[in-house]
Parts: sequence; structure tokens; C-alpha cells
Amino acid sequence: MTPEIALPLMLITPILGGLLIVAAGRHPNLRETITLVTAVSLFLITAFLTPHILHGALPEHVLVEMMPGMALTLKADPLGIVFALVASILWIINSLYSIGYMRKNGEKNQTRFYLCFALALASVMGIALAGNMLTLFIFYEALTLVTYPLVTHAGTKKAKKAGRTYLGILLVSSIGFQMLAMIWTWSISGTLTFSPEGILAGHVEGPMVLILLALYMFGIGKAALMPLHRWLPAAMVAPTPVSALLHAVAVVKAGVFTVVRVVMHVFGLDLLNATSNSNWLLYVACFTIITASVIALHQNNLKRRLAYSTVSQLSYVVLGAAILAPISMVGAVMHIVVHAFGKITLFFAAGAIYTAQHKTLVSELDGIGRIMPWTMGAFTIGAISMVGLPPTAGFLSKWFILQGAMETGQSIAVVVVVISTLLNAAYFLPIVYRAFFLSPTGNSDTTGDTPTQHVISEAPLPMVIALSTTAACTLLLFFYPEVPLTLATMLTGTTNTVSSGVINLAMETF
Amino acid sequence: MTAHLPVLQVVLPLMAAPLCVVIRQLTLVRLFSLVVTGTAFLISATLLYQVNTAGPISYAIGNWPAPYGIEYRIDLLNAVLLFIISLIGFLVLIYSKNSIAREITQNRLYLFHSLYLLCMTGLLGMVITGDVFNLFVFLEITALSSYALIAMGGGRLGNPQALYAAFRYLILGTLGGTFYIIGVGLMYMMTGALNMADLARLLPSVFDTTTIQAALGFLVVGITLKMALFPLHMWQAAAYARAPSTVSSFLAATATKVAVYVQLRMIFTVFGQIPLFRDTPLDEILIVLALSSMIIGSLSAVYQKDMRRMLAFSSLAQIGYIVLGIGLNNATALSASIVHLFNHALMKSALFMALGAVFMSTHSVKRGAMRGLGRNMPITMAAFVVAGLSLIGVPLTSGFISKWLLVQGALESGMWPVALMILVSSLLSIIYIWKVVEAAYFKKPKRALPKARDPGPTMWVPMWILAAASIWFGVDAGTTVGIANKVAETLLGGVPQ
Repeated sequence: MTPEIALPLMLITPILGGLLIVAAGRHPNLRETITLVTAVSLFLITAFLTPHILHGALPEHVLVEMMPGMALTLKADPLGIVFALVASILWIINSLYSIGYMRKNGEKNQTRFYLCFALALASVMGIALAGNMLTLFIFYEALTLVTYPLVTHAGTKKAKKAGRTYLGILLVSSIGFQMLAMIWTWSISGTLTFSPEGILAGHVEGPMVLILLALYMFGIGKAALMPLHRWLPAAMVAPTPVSALLHAVAVVKAGVFTVVRVVMHVFGLDLLNATSNSNWLLYVACFTIITASVIALHQNNLKRRLAYSTVSQLSYVVLGAAILAPISMVGAVMHIVVHAFGKITLFFAAGAIYTAQHKTLVSELDGIGRIMPWTMGAFTIGAISMVGLPPTAGFLSKWFILQGAMETGQSIAVVVVVISTLLNAAYFLPIVYRAFFLSPTGNSDTTGDTPTQHVISEAPLPMVIALSTTAACTLLLFFYPEVPLTLATMLTGTTNTVSSGVINLAMETF
Repeated sequence: MTAHLPVLQVVLPLMAAPLCVVIRQLTLVRLFSLVVTGTAFLISATLLYQVNTAGPISYAIGNWPAPYGIEYRIDLLNAVLLFIISLIGFLVLIYSKNSIAREITQNRLYLFHSLYLLCMTGLLGMVITGDVFNLFVFLEITALSSYALIAMGGGRLGNPQALYAAFRYLILGTLGGTFYIIGVGLMYMMTGALNMADLARLLPSVFDTTTIQAALGFLVVGITLKMALFPLHMWQAAAYARAPSTVSSFLAATATKVAVYVQLRMIFTVFGQIPLFRDTPLDEILIVLALSSMIIGSLSAVYQKDMRRMLAFSSLAQIGYIVLGIGLNNATALSASIVHLFNHALMKSALFMALGAVFMSTHSVKRGAMRGLGRNMPITMAAFVVAGLSLIGVPLTSGFISKWLLVQGALESGMWPVALMILVSSLLSIIYIWKVVEAAYFKKPKRALPKARDPGPTMWVPMWILAAASIWFGVDAGTTVGIANKVAETLLGGVPQ
């Protein structure tokens, strides 16, 4: 297999998997096996590709030529492969978790659920590997459409209303602004192919840059920049595996991934640095970080609290990009990775609590740590990563972003990161405290009257395995961040701080 | 034989129409008209190929040379239109069998075929002729036959409003035709010519006169009425909603397109030597009317409960896109218009066909009646969704290509608010298409739909050919855009800037 062949395979594998899932719809065990096999194959192909990228290869594959000079192109580069790796690893774990969750909760339309999941992953691969803005846009829209049935999965009135908000915000922003910006870019520069110097560099300057930047940034609704964030809390009506993989990882990361892509490869750091007032994006990101955290403080519903936390954390990535320093860009890319692992752990835990104890509110979680020690242990690790303390991976990305902010003298960014850290602690640590240090109340206590005696009652095993794995990954990434870190530094062209020995190590691992 | 293809293109269906009345026996009539439309399709495909490779064809009827006789002149633009008309004509006729059997009175079915062929003759003739008066004759043939076709909707399933809709169309359509012929008369008065090429040569010297300027005004208004552009669109919704499904599928895809063609011909060929867009406010007028059509059409479509009316209002918006491309006056935008002429014909016809199938099994085209149909009629509703996505302009559908070029054209003219309006109109189209999707796939039917199921292959095969083509020309748009670019360059080439 050559790297060029691997590219279309990464797109075809999940689609083919989806078709097989439909074919096996009547046999749940077979169907779930197909999901797992597909997820593993996708990961293996991505892993096969990774060492090539680490060695500096940039494989490319033209899918189809739509119009003269305008083709659908797949191209793997460090940024894309980071995203593809994260998504494909977490799909495996999430599939395991889904099996436990969907069966235990007796959800309907499970075939449609697994099909849409596979198609969503295909769209994510398309976004990650897009070689030009048009390809990225097409898969970006596809991702919106295939995740809609997942959001409305419950079929209730509330779910449908949420589905409308979801589609409404994402489609209006992308068609109204992003598409306009894209066609504008095309008519100005005659190309949409991403380039390290930026497509627009040398074609526009001054206020025009600002207009285009605004169209792009508010056109990427999936990045949940305020005021375009409302779809994300709305999407929480979906079953928890959807919230976990799609609305903590795939969909939202597709958003911030696109932000990084556009800032780096459409505008280019030099162009934005040379344009005065282009730092408005930084202020919007700062505003979103703080405001979303404050809202999260007041949410009693656990999943909604996590959703607002996601809104806030996504803007860290935008902030990292908006600081416009290479080192903060590394932080942005790293944050895509570490937030994915941390947040999926938190959602897994929330889903496990719901499945085992049918609790959704923070105020109901007193003493739950004693009943579900694994779950809440994992939750604690995820929470610490959100706050950004060592030894969790969340520390790394914050560190790089802070470093970039200090280098460029953006003191406001420094202040915001510090305040946000405190706010994160303020809304996560009380949950941990409740879970472990308060005694359980209410009828969840199935063992008797004495509060000290509790039978451990965890969610089904696949779910526990899944959330423990992601929690472990969050810790491991702190100690072994080489692969994503190398890729991120390759992307920004900063001095390669990691020796080539690490690359070889990575190659042997895969 | 190939030398006579241009005249055969028109004469074949023209002769076949009365023969249908003579044959009368339904199966034979159907077979006969299928053979005729199929042949017409092959002829148009051959002509398109010839024109695309070897350049324009001129054919003198009865060997009378141009200024005295009637000239048929085929360049790439009308070759494309001929292809659209005969392709849709052929596919819709295949589709028609079961649909008309349900909607039209049994003893008038042979008449339907006769009128259908006449209508097609008229449309083909309007497009192929190089003579402005001859064009009027064909325009009237089209108009008269389509009034009767629409009125046939009053048949079997009892839809008396069809007669009213047809009558209203008759009044307004006649007005349009009259305006057109007044314009032609004024031009003849000043130049003594009816041949388009002659007119193009003679008009510049007399363009300063009020007579010719009035002629231009009459022509534009008359044609605008025929293509149902705002504010002259009032006849369209009722006509499409009340006509038999087959007729709506055919007319919605072809009739307004031909009117757009006539507009293009007038602006870029007959008045081609005069810089209309520089010397008259025609471009501003077209842009304003087009934008109003887009927004009003899409907004009205959102509020329709009758799905055929919804599609008719959506047509208003889509014609708006096409006219906008003409008014923007640059090669990219004009090319967008021409691509969209073709793309819209495909998708709109597919949508009406899907609705026809829904009407057959549920006896209603209200949105409420489509609840839960995604399960009962998967083939039909999937075709509706695919064509609907193309209408919205979702990437990888043909509608996306049209919108892309149009937005690009607007930006090239420096009119970014116009570009924004195009996108706003697309967003509105998401709403009305999505309402149908929600009803069909996410709502449960109010009562059980045991009888609602997909129609037979004579209906779904043509429907899916068009729906699949909407995808095909969205993924591989090289051919369509290539031809459209050529046409746009030729048209603009005649205008001194």
C-alpha cells in the first residue's frame, strides 16, 4: 500500500463500513462487529500513513475534477493527520462505549445510529485530508447533514427543536458566510489549494483581509465562537455517545481544525500579522472563553455544563491560532488533541452515570464516586485535564498557548487563560468533591440505610473499559506527547524540538 | 439526411400531433408519440454534437434564402435549449403513462398526446427559428396547447380550479404574446426586416428613435411575462398547481426556460450590436427584478402548504437567479445563467415528477399528506430529496455549480450585496425543502397509509434519471460549464462594451 492509495481508503473504509452496517441491520452482534472492525481498520490505515508524514511526505490524491481548475483533492499533511489520528482512535473506543450504552438503554433505530456514525467519520476524514477549501467545505457540510439524525435520535419534540437549531446555525453560517468567503477567495486569487504561505497572501491587504477573516471565522459555526455557539448545548439531547464523540471531538474539532487551517493556509500568519486590527479574533475568543465558563458554572445539568465547557475550550484553539505566533499554533494543535481525550472521558462518565444510576443533574451526584469509583476516577482525570494541571495532557497545550501569548506580548490572552483556569476549577472540582466526599442521598442507595456501605455498581463493562482507556490516554499524553507534538511543530515550521529518534520510535510503534 | 435535421426537429412532432388524433387507439398513440419524442431527442443530441464540434448551422426553409424565407439558425445556445426540451419531453412522456391515466378523463387521453406534441413543437420552434415573426407563431402554438393541457387538470380527480388557472394563464399569456408581437411590428416598421441577423445589422442606425426604444420595452415586458419574472409571475403558481402532474413536470422545466432563451436572443443577438447595458438601464432593471423574484419567490415558497405551489414559487426564485446572471453582464455570471437553465430543468422536472407520484398514491400534494412517506415511498421521496438538495445548491449537486458561478459573477461585478442575497435566497430554500424532508422522514402519518407506495418503473426510472443527472453534473461539471462558458463568450462577443 502506498500513501497515495491510503488517502481514498480512509474515506472509503467508513462509507463501506456504513453500507455493511445497514446490510447487517437485523443482526445486532454482527452489526456491532462490523462497526468495530471498520473503526480499527480506519485507525490502522491512518497509523500506516503517520510515519510517512513524520518523514515529511505530503501524499496527494485527486478524487474528481469538478470544473476546470477546481478539483476534489485529498492531501495528508501534519495538521490533517493529527486530526485523523485523534478521530480514528477515539472512534474505536467510542464504538465500544456505544455498544454498552445503546443496548443497556434500549435505544431505538440503532442501525441508523451506527450508519450515521460511520458516515460522520467519513466526513471527518474528508475534512482532515482536504487539500483545498472546496473539498473541506463539502465534507464540512456533509458532516452537518449526517449528524442531524443523530441529534434528533430520540425523535421527541425537544429533539426535533434542537435539530432545527443545530441545522439552522450550522447551515446558515456556513452557506451565508463561509461559502461567500470561499468563492470570494477563489475569484480574488484563482485557487483554493491550501499553501503554507497562505492563498490570499499577496492578493489582498488592509480592510479586505478583515472582512474575509470575519466571513471565514463566523462562517465556521462548528468552532462555536460566540454568538454562534447555541447549537452545541442544543445538541446535547442526543444519546451520550453522540455527545462524546461528535460534540466533544469530531464535529467541534472539525470546526477549530478549519479555523487553524484557514488562519494558516488560507491567510497565512504573515499576512495576518501584517494587517492591523486582525487581533479582533483574539478578543472574540477571549470573550467566548470567559463567558462560556461563567455560563457553565450555572448549569445543573451535567451534559449542558460539559457542553458550555466545550464551547469555552474550543476557543482556546481559536485563541492559540489568533495569537499568530508559531508556538501558540503548536498549542492550538495540541489542544485539539488533548481536549478531545479529556472531554470524551468526561462525557463517557456522564453517560455511564446516566446508564447505571439514571442521573443527569450535578446536584444528584452526591457520593456517586463511592458507587462508581472507576467512572468518577476517570472523570476526575478528565476534569484536571480541563483545568490544565499536570500530570494531565491539558497542561501541555495551555503551556504552549501561554508561551505564545507572552512572546507576542498579548497580556490580555495571558490574563484570560489564568482566569479561565480558575473558572474551570470552579465548575469541575465541586463535582469531584460531591462525588467523593459527600454521602449519597435519595433512593440511589440500594444497599441499606448506612451511608458507609455501598455496593459498587458501575455501568456495563464496555463503557467502563472505554472511559478508563481515554482517561489513561489523557495521562499518557502528558508523558509521551511526541507524535502530536512533532506533527504540530512540523506544521508551523518551528525549530524541531523533538529529535528524529522520536520519529523512529513512532514508526516502530505503528 | 443530416442536412435536414434542423427542420425535422420541428416538423416531426408537428406532423405527429394531428396523427395522434387520427390513430386514437390509446396504446398506439402512446407508442407513436414515444417514438416521435425519442427521435426528436436523438436529433437534438446530434445537432448539439454537430454545433459543438463544427460551429453554427443555418438552414433555409424551402430553400428560400434568408431575407425572403425563414431561416433556422442553430448555434450552441439554442442547441443546448433544443436538447433540454427534447430530453425533458421524452422523459416526461415515458413518465406520463400511469399519471395521466389517473388525472385525465379517459376519452381525452389521445388528445393529451396530441397537445403534448404540439406544445413541444412550439417550444422547439421558438428556439430553433432565426426569424422573429416565426418565433411569434411558435409562441402561440406553445401557448394555446399549454392552456388546453393545463385545463385538462380539471378532469378525472375533479379539480375545477384547473379551468380557472388555465383561463388566467390564457389572459396573461395572450397579453405577453401581444406585447411581443407589438415589439416585432415596431421593429419591422423601422427596418423592414424580420430575420434576426438582418435586424441585428439594421437596428443600430435607428436605435435613437422612440419607436425602436418602445419596441424594446414591449419585447422585454412581453417576454418577462412569459418567463414569470416578478412582478409578472402571478399566473404561474396556479397553473403549475392545477395542471396534471405530467404537464407541470414538462412545462416547469421547459416553458419558462424558452422565454429566458428568447430574452437572451433579443438582448444579445437582435439588439446585439447595441450596447444595451450601457445605453439603457436594462441591466439595473433586470437585476432588481431578479433579486425581487429570488427573495419573494423563496419567501412565498416557505409559506406554501400545497407542494406544487411551493415548487412554482421556487421556480420564480430560480428564474430570478438566471435573469440575475444576465443582468450582471459578465462572462462568469452569464455562464452561470446558462448552466442553471440546464441544471434547473433537470431538478425541477424531477421534483414535479416525484410530486406526481405522491399525488397518485395519496390524492394530495399538501405537505401534511407527505408525513411518513419516506417509509412508504422510499424511491420517490429519495428522488425528491436529491433534487431538492440540488435546488438548495448543496455541494456535489448541480445546483451548487450554478450558484458558485453566479456568486462568483456577482463578486466579479463588485456587487457583494448581490452575492449575499443569492446566499440568503439559498438559505430560504433550505427551509422549504427541509419542511418536506421533516414531514416525510421524521413525522408519523396522521392516518395509516396502506396504499401509498412507490409507482412502477415507468414513473420512477425517468424521475431517477433526472435526479441522478443532478448529482452527476454537480460532481463532474466540466462538460456543462465548458459549453456554458463557450455560449457566454459568443453572446458577449457580439456586444460592443
